[in-house]
Amino acid sequence: MNFSSFLLMRQEILLLTIILLLLVAEISISKSKKQSIVHLALFLFGIHTIIGFFPMETGNLFGGMFRNTALIHFFKNVLNVGVFILLLQSADWLQEKIVDQNKGAEFFILLFSSLLGMYFMISAGDFLMFYLGLELSTLPVAALAAFEVTKRISSEAGIKLILSAALASGVSLFGVSMLYATSGSIYFDEIMAVISSTNLTILGFILFFAGLAFKISLVPFHFWTADVYEGAPISVASYLSVISKGAAVFILMILLFTVLKPLMHVWVNIIYVIAIATMFIGNLFALRQQNMKRFLAFSSIAQAGFILLGLITGTQLGTATIIYFVLIYIFSNLAAFGVVQAISLKTGKENMNDYEGLYRTNPNLSLVMMLALFSLAGIPPVAGFFGKFFLFTAAASEGYYLLVFIAVANVTISLYYYLLVVRAMFLRTSDQAIPYFKNKLYMRLGLLVTVVGILVLGLYSPLYDYIFELSKNLN
Amino acid sequence: MDILTLFIIVPIITIIALVFSKGLERSRLVSMIGSIIQLGMAINLVFAYFKERAVNTDIMVFNKDVVWFKNFNIHYNIGVDGISVALILLTAIVVLAGVFISWKTSELPKEFFISLIVLSLGVYGVFISIDLFTLFVFFEIAVIPMYLLIGIWGSGPREYSAMKLTLMLMGASAVLLVGILGVYFNSNADGGPLTFNILEIAQVNIPFAVQKLFFPFLFIGFAVISALFPFHTWSPDGHASAPTAVSMLHAGVLMKLGGYGVFRIAMFLLPEGALHWSWFFIILAATGVVYGAFSAIKQTDLKYINAYASVSHLGLVLFALLTLNKIAWNGAIIQSLSHGLLTALFFALIGMIYGRTHTRDITKLGGMMKILPFIGAIYVITGLAYLGLPGFSGFVAEMNIFVGAFQENSDTFNRVLTVLVVSSIVVTSVYILRLVGKIMMGPLQTNEVTDLPKATWYEKTGILLLMIPVVGIGVAPFWLSDMIMKSLEPFIQGVL
Repeated sequence: MNFSSFLLMRQEILLLTIILLLLVAEISISKSKKQSIVHLALFLFGIHTIIGFFPMETGNLFGGMFRNTALIHFFKNVLNVGVFILLLQSADWLQEKIVDQNKGAEFFILLFSSLLGMYFMISAGDFLMFYLGLELSTLPVAALAAFEVTKRISSEAGIKLILSAALASGVSLFGVSMLYATSGSIYFDEIMAVISSTNLTILGFILFFAGLAFKISLVPFHFWTADVYEGAPISVASYLSVISKGAAVFILMILLFTVLKPLMHVWVNIIYVIAIATMFIGNLFALRQQNMKRFLAFSSIAQAGFILLGLITGTQLGTATIIYFVLIYIFSNLAAFGVVQAISLKTGKENMNDYEGLYRTNPNLSLVMMLALFSLAGIPPVAGFFGKFFLFTAAASEGYYLLVFIAVANVTISLYYYLLVVRAMFLRTSDQAIPYFKNKLYMRLGLLVTVVGILVLGLYSPLYDYIFELSKNLN
Repeated sequence: MDILTLFIIVPIITIIALVFSKGLERSRLVSMIGSIIQLGMAINLVFAYFKERAVNTDIMVFNKDVVWFKNFNIHYNIGVDGISVALILLTAIVVLAGVFISWKTSELPKEFFISLIVLSLGVYGVFISIDLFTLFVFFEIAVIPMYLLIGIWGSGPREYSAMKLTLMLMGASAVLLVGILGVYFNSNADGGPLTFNILEIAQVNIPFAVQKLFFPFLFIGFAVISALFPFHTWSPDGHASAPTAVSMLHAGVLMKLGGYGVFRIAMFLLPEGALHWSWFFIILAATGVVYGAFSAIKQTDLKYINAYASVSHLGLVLFALLTLNKIAWNGAIIQSLSHGLLTALFFALIGMIYGRTHTRDITKLGGMMKILPFIGAIYVITGLAYLGLPGFSGFVAEMNIFVGAFQENSDTFNRVLTVLVVSSIVVTSVYILRLVGKIMMGPLQTNEVTDLPKATWYEKTGILLLMIPVVGIGVAPFWLSDMIMKSLEPFIQGVL
């Protein structure tokens, strides 16, 4: 092993450097210039995101603990883009509310640490690295959820998240130990070679799966979702529902499609049932939500159910459609959260009723929201339609027509509640409509990027072809 | 740019122009220009089609094929035959008429016209698509603007109606999606690659078990938008709440997508499935025809009458398609066109009457002929055409349907149903003539003002645009029949 092989960890090293730089900056920037920490962090992370797109070597490090493939590299870039948009959307909130409390740098350091954890998690080549990454990605988020300590609901969210996350990762670790007991190794490659479906392996797998299902908020491990989203600052809720979920889906997919492939006859049934339950429960609970954050929480549970339709296939087509869907989902959900964030920041209003008559006063924001919701609902020509259609195609290619039928029935249910928001914004008029306001530059940029993504990602087919090519060498 | 892609490009340009135009006057001018260009292109397409057809014997002419998603073998593949050309012309006419009728839209005019043009874009897209995926995309694009159009500019229980309509139609298209995937994954039954191309799938011998399974998905997915009984309930509420131009476009054009899809996709791709299931769906269609007609008698709201009449007449289209007879098919397509024009006329006239008297209740209306002679006269003519008077398009269509359904390879089952369905003509006469007698010829109601404003130039233009082809088809149906009959050949070979 020589120095240049460390370049495989380029992204991790860069991000760690940024974290350290921010730590230094926090100490050295004078009190009067505290606001500039936001610009600095955005600038640094922007550079990091761009550098991420430079080509990278693929290979293993530390005897296979850490690995980098073209697919993993691509997915890290997807996460980077998502986080960057998220930062753009949160910049105003940070400047107005957080920096004054001297917590600006903390926010970025915690957020980036969590992202670093996700890098390690999806790059993991053995269960130890995987577990370290999982923990590193979860713990800072719990601190972030409780970031607005002055609000009781925010502290409650933090406690709820840390308690359930600790339980989930404990259960997961117990499962991993069982897998180790039966296979005698924690390395993915070695486990794959010897794994067989004994009772202990299956039990281990189920426990392990529960831990990840918690992160993706699949039913029945979803109970924390709505409360935490409601209590946490919107940026953090957005991060949980988009980035954290995306990364967890990705690693779950890799594990299921490679290491745990020999157990496919087991997990296919589990996922089949969970997919149906997740879609129905997410959608049915979303119907009655008034708070936009809770609303988006249940909507994102339902979306996770749709992702399982790709997961159940275990094929290259499944891999490609999942990544494509997650990419589109990141843009759509960020757009929706962005609008909620903008409105909440200016007016403090977070309920669906408050959105009545919004189009008459703030047409641009309403249009962004409508596009985002249409994309989440899967209506052409916006990107969400393509994502969903391809996921369904993947499931149908393995003959799961009944599951596809249930999924499309759920799409119709979901359309109802997405249209409720559209109804409030466009169909209703109100005396107390939110008055016109202009967003700051960062927020406008953050929303603009998501809108462009929503409009372009679906129609631009070479993107899907590229992802499909990448998915070839999953192993 | 090829002649068909323009039907996508021009609406997009119109929409972009609308985004940058402010106020009612600018918006309606832009949409009018856009729609006139569309109509010009549609007329040009008819002539170009005849010219091309003389030298080109492909099923679909003006074919253009661009790969879109290569891993799924999805193409942007377009082309037209006589049926699509006729329906594109119908769309162009109704859209332009709709723009004229909405000349005075005061609330959010820009958004109104944008939604209207998006809807027409979707409809054009469906009619030119050869690729199932592209067709489905356009199909959904055509449906979703209805939510805003009814919800924002509608009247009465508009939120309820808009939601009901959107959910039922999107639910149907969800069912359709399953059907499309089913066909797609069986399109390699003969060993070829998986494909969404309609013409290629039609050549494949899809196993009977598959056809039997997926035909109902495709059929119901499309037929709901044609108000197939018992999935018609969205239609009366939707039409009653929608603003005039939207009712016109919806009943006149959007509902035609159903019949078109059933014919072009469900029956063409799964002929054995169609044979297997036709007995069941034909009962539903026939029920719809009779039920719609009887329901129309009981209504007192002009729009509800017309909406149920549409259920009845479009049921007739589905009925004719399911008789699996080429003369009836010809009739079905002419009926689609004729109904599209006539129902658009009806809704336009109802909108004008409502705009002046502020009521659609027939018990409160009377003697309109005296107060509004132009509107009254056109209303009577439309009514007569609607109930199938010779000399108008309705007669040509229904004649073809009933002759076809009764003759040739018809069995007792079909004949009994045909007799039942024919009886709906009598019922149609009842509600149309009663309406004409009551609100047009009947005594003046005392509570009405006697000097209502006369029809304006834009209203007259809209009406005449629709009236001319009605008479045209009625007097000289041969060129149309000719165009359609020739295009039926591949279907006859495939299905019969």
